[in-house]
Amino acid sequence: MMNAVVQATIEFLKLYWAPLLCGVVIVAVLPIIVGYIVLVERKVMADMQARLGPMRVGPHGLLQPIADAVKLLIKEDIIPDNADKLVFWLAPVLSVGAGLLAIAGLAIGPAFQIAPNINIGILFVVGISAMGIFGIVLGGWASNSHYSLMGALRSSAQLVSYETAAGMALVSGLLFAGSLNITAIVEAQRTQGIWFGLLAPVALFVYGVASIAETNRAPFDLPEAESELVAGYMTEFSGFRWSLYFLAEYANMIVVASVATTLFLGGWLRPFSEVHWMSFLDFGPPLLMVAIAAYCVMRAPKQPVRVQQLFMLAVAGFCFVVALVLAAPVLLPMLKPSLAAVVQPYYAGIHGGFWFLFKVSVYIYCFMWLRFTVPRYRFDQLMRLGWHFLIPLSIINVLVVGVALIAAEYFHLQGWAMLLVTTPAAIIALVAALAILAVDSSRKERERAAAATEFYAR
Amino acid sequence: MLDKVLFYFFAGLAVASAVLTVTRRNAVHSAIFLITSLLATAGIFLQLRAEFLFIVQIILYVGGIMVLFVFVIMLVNLDVAVRQIQFARQKWVALVIALALAAQVGLMFWSSGKMPGQGLPVQVAAAADRLPLNSETVAHSLFESYLLPFEIASVLLLVAMIGAVVMAKKRT
Repeated sequence: MMNAVVQATIEFLKLYWAPLLCGVVIVAVLPIIVGYIVLVERKVMADMQARLGPMRVGPHGLLQPIADAVKLLIKEDIIPDNADKLVFWLAPVLSVGAGLLAIAGLAIGPAFQIAPNINIGILFVVGISAMGIFGIVLGGWASNSHYSLMGALRSSAQLVSYETAAGMALVSGLLFAGSLNITAIVEAQRTQGIWFGLLAPVALFVYGVASIAETNRAPFDLPEAESELVAGYMTEFSGFRWSLYFLAEYANMIVVASVATTLFLGGWLRPFSEVHWMSFLDFGPPLLMVAIAAYCVMRAPKQPVRVQQLFMLAVAGFCFVVALVLAAPVLLPMLKPSLAAVVQPYYAGIHGGFWFLFKVSVYIYCFMWLRFTVPRYRFDQLMRLGWHFLIPLSIINVLVVGVALIAAEYFHLQGWAMLLVTTPAAIIALVAALAILAVDSSRKERERAAAATEFYAR
Repeated sequence: MLDKVLFYFFAGLAVASAVLTVTRRNAVHSAIFLITSLLATAGIFLQLRAEFLFIVQIILYVGGIMVLFVFVIMLVNLDVAVRQIQFARQKWVALVIALALAAQVGLMFWSSGKMPGQGLPVQVAAAADRLPLNSETVAHSLFESYLLPFEIASVLLLVAMIGAVVMAKKRT
């Protein structure tokens, strides 16, 4: 028996050492990435509110995430007396586990995917990341506090409502791809020469809104609305457990941004990847990194402390190395054309990775932008938006996109020409959904008026 | 060997958590074990290379139905239910029936002279990359071979959904 288990373990390790290693790397690196996303978020928020944001730890607050992590790790870990200990322990782990597991299905560039070529690709990512809701619900229940419970209830209601809309939006995007496999989806966008976000703008919009609601972020952050529920389901959590929830939220954000990027924004493809004269765009990534490096060098003398100056120069050096790595596969074939074939896979891997991460960052930046500009919705408004607008819109969109695809096949339209049929389809879907919303609200208005007359007649 | 170990792991997990689902007093704990059981079943589906069934099991049962279960459990006041005796007193009847069933199954194996799993038709396992793609296969069978039953089932579900909405709506 013992022997068999050992044998099975060895077999397992032989088969799966590479994905395991990647997984360990992701689990180790993700907290740092999340820390820096938080820093960027605070900086963006500060910029939008005409402040400076974190400035104390490191130059421009660049070491703030590490200080925050240390603070969270050494804080006291409080478990309420009347909490359900086991579930209280399990909940944050579930939440963060689901987020990390979903990342395994993603493809960061053609070369880097932990579980490559899974047949159900995008469904795997969406389905697994949806399991994170149990962490929130069970955590809210186990804390044995009213605020937590309210937050958990709101969260589950919100997720169940918006998952339908998000799923339908994904369906209308997948109609163009004809596959669930992530590599096949991106390849379909390459062969068609157009991103599916342009072909199905309504689906992109619905997925964008629904994904904000699913990750519980402002303006839909009702499960953790500070002004109403203290901190919602996280109220009773402290220290490291709390930071696990935080990690899970940001991991989920990365996951939904990656799903949207893969399906709607061309995945790891460069903009206009099939247009030959646009290949000067390949110089964009290295030039961007050089520009960041130059900026850091320029700012270095202005830092007040010697250590901070050195740190700034180190950041500049890092950016420069990244620029070299990005530039090498573009420049080498130019200097020596015989190298082109050798360099090609490296080019695809490195530049694909850059474009993917770039698009994901832009998507997350839009999340932050929305967070700091749109006020929080009320819960009934949230439900109304979901059930009366987004779900009808996404269902109608699936229907009209299907019709548009048949029309495109009939007229032999391909690539950009497909816009001729998909744009009217998108407009029809929007108009129909708005009409449903208008009819519904006029009915509600009449009911309210009738109720008021009845009230005053008494 | 690896396949066997994984199968017994998932199967054992499914059975054990199914038992715990019934025996736990706390309804939320029961729900958690039911989720574990469903996930273990999904794992067995994955081992059979039925990826689509695996993810549908997770999305529908775990992500959809169980979220609603937990939602309802948390809304209902369970303090009252915990104090009451949860199970109807049918222990002896259930025991007799279970023994009868076990005897029946045992008799079947005994009369056929084979141990469980022996003599079953075993198909030669194909390499994973040569199997037909699972979600495509499911789609073909649903939308080509069994289109009419599929549509009937979906209309039935639609009727049930509309019925639920009508019943839940306040009568004016």
